[in-house]
Amino acid sequence: MKSRSIQKHYYFMLLPGMVWLILFSIVPMFGIVMAFQNFMPGRGIFGSPWVGLQNFTYMFQLGDSRTVIFNTLIIAVGKIVLNLLVPLVFALLLNEVVSLRYKKMVQTLVYLPHFLSWVIMATIVIGLFGYHGVINAFFKLFGADPKVFMADAGIFRQLLIGTDVWKEFGYNAIIFLAALTGVNPNLYEAAAIDGSSRWRSMIHITLPALSTTVVLLGVLSLGNVLNAGFDQVYNLYNPVVYSTGDIIDTWVYRLGLQNLQYSLATAAGLFKSGVSFVLIVISYALAYKYADYTVF
Amino acid sequence: MVRSTTFQSKLFDKFNVVILALLVLACLFPLWYTLCISISDKSAANSGLVTVYPIGFSLTSYQEIMGDRLFFNSFWISIQRAVLGTVISLVISVMMAYPLSKVRREFKTRNIFMWILVFCMIFNGGLIPWYMTVQSYGLIDSIWALVLGSSVPVFNVILIMNFFRNVPKDLEEAAVMDGAGPWTILFRIFVPVSVPVLATVALFVSVYHWNEFFNGLVLMNTANKYPLQTYIQQMVVNMPAGTSLTPEQYRKLSVLSNVSLNGAKVFIAMIPMLVIYPFVQKYFVTGIMMGSVKE
Repeated sequence: MKSRSIQKHYYFMLLPGMVWLILFSIVPMFGIVMAFQNFMPGRGIFGSPWVGLQNFTYMFQLGDSRTVIFNTLIIAVGKIVLNLLVPLVFALLLNEVVSLRYKKMVQTLVYLPHFLSWVIMATIVIGLFGYHGVINAFFKLFGADPKVFMADAGIFRQLLIGTDVWKEFGYNAIIFLAALTGVNPNLYEAAAIDGSSRWRSMIHITLPALSTTVVLLGVLSLGNVLNAGFDQVYNLYNPVVYSTGDIIDTWVYRLGLQNLQYSLATAAGLFKSGVSFVLIVISYALAYKYADYTVF
Repeated sequence: MVRSTTFQSKLFDKFNVVILALLVLACLFPLWYTLCISISDKSAANSGLVTVYPIGFSLTSYQEIMGDRLFFNSFWISIQRAVLGTVISLVISVMMAYPLSKVRREFKTRNIFMWILVFCMIFNGGLIPWYMTVQSYGLIDSIWALVLGSSVPVFNVILIMNFFRNVPKDLEEAAVMDGAGPWTILFRIFVPVSVPVLATVALFVSVYHWNEFFNGLVLMNTANKYPLQTYIQQMVVNMPAGTSLTPEQYRKLSVLSNVSLNGAKVFIAMIPMLVIYPFVQKYFVTGIMMGSVKE
C-alpha cells in the first residue's frame, strides 16, 4: 500500500487550516513579549526596551487590578454554579412532564435566547431594568419610586449572573436531557410497583443518571473561572458600575485599545490567559481521571 | 411509564406545567418585547409606556429604516461575513478533521498536529497582540478580518473529528478496495454520512458570525464597514465610556434615544436567526451529542 503518498494527501488537507492557525493564533502569541517590554508603537517589538516583570508588578499595585480580578471571579463562579444548577432543575422538571408534545414544545422554545447576541439581549435587559423599563412600570403600580437598576453597583453582578442564566439555561439543559433519554423506563415502572413515590424515583433514578454529567461539566468549567463574559459586561456596564462590574477582559480592552497602554494591557491579558491555561489543563486531567473524559 | 394518581402527584403535574410555561414565556420575551416596542406608537415607546403589549400601532419605524442606507449596508456586510465565514470555516474544518480522525498508525504525525491545535484552543496571546497582528496584515477595514480574524474554530474541528471516528471502518475499506483516494473518501463518503454534525457546526459558525460585534468594533475603523451587530451596538447600546455618569445623567441619556426605531432595527437583526432556527433545530441536538461521544 502506498502509505507514503496517502500521508502526503493528509498534509495537504491540513495545510489551509494550519496556515490559518499560524497567521491568527500562533503569530499573535509572539506578541506576548510586549508584556515584558515598554512597548512603543513607533519602535516596534524589536526596538522597544525590555523591562522584565515591571509591567506585572505595576499592574498588581494598581487598585483596579485587584477590583477587576475579584469581580471576574465572583461573576464567573456565580455563572458557573447557576448555569449548572438551573439547567439541572429545569431538566428534572421537564423529565416529569407527561405530555410528550408539551415536552417537545418547551424544549424547542427555550433554546431561543442562546441564539441571540448580547448586543441584542442588552437592548432587552435595558428595556426591562432601565429607568423607563418594565420592572419600574410594574413597581409604579404599587406606588414605588422608579429605580435606576443599570446604574446601581450594588446589584450589577446579580443582574449579570441572572440575565446570563436566563439566556443560557435552555441550551445548557440539552446535555442533561440527552443523558436522561438513556435512562431505562423500566426502572421507573419497577420503582412504582415497589411503591416508590415520584419524588423518590427522581432522587434514586433520575439524579444518579445525571451525576456523571454534572461532575464532568463542573470539572470542565474550572477553566472558565476567569471568563466572566466580555460581550455581556461590555454591552451592559457603564462607568457608574465599574466598582462591581468591571472585569479583566473589559479592563484590558480599555487599557490597551482606548488608553493605548499596550504593554500593561498585554501583561494583564497574559495573566488571564496564563492562569486560564493552567486551570484548563488541570480540569482536563481531573476529567480524564474521574470521568474517563478525553478531549481528543 | 406508570403514572401515580395521588392528589399530590396531580397537583405537582399542574404546577410543573405552569412553571415550564412561565420559563417558555421568559425565553420568548426578548422577541415579543422587541416586536411590541417596534410597532407601538413612537411617542408611547419613547416615553417608556410600552411594557408587555404594544400601545397603538404604527409601522413608521420600519418605514424610517427603509431610508437608512447605513443600516442596510451593515446588514449586507453581516450577510457576506456569515456566508463567507461559514463556507470557509466548514470546508477547512472538514479537511482538518479527516486526517486527525486517523490513528497514529495511519497518520504518523497526527498527535503532533492534535497537540498544536489543542494548545491554540486553550491558550491565546490576548487581545492586544492579536489586534496588532491583524493590523500588521493590513486587514483593518477589510471584510477578511471579520471572516478570518478569530482563527480556526478548533472546537468544531474536534467535534467533526469525533464524528468521523465513529464512521464504520468498513465504509472506508470498501472504498479503498475500489481504488478511492483520501480526497474521494473524505468528500464522497465521510461528508455525506456526517450531515448532522456538519449542520450543527454550520449553525455554530453562522450564528457566531452573525452575532459577533467586537471584531467589527475594533477592526473596522469606519462606520460603513461595520457588521450589523456592531452597528446596533453603536447606535442603540453604546453609552459614552470613559466619562463618569451620575445615575441622573444616565437616566436622561436613556430617554433621548429613539426607542421604537431602535426596536425595529433589533427586530430585523433577529430575523435571520429565526429563519434558520427551525431548519437546523432537528440536527443540532443529535449533532452535539454524537460529536461528543468517544469510542
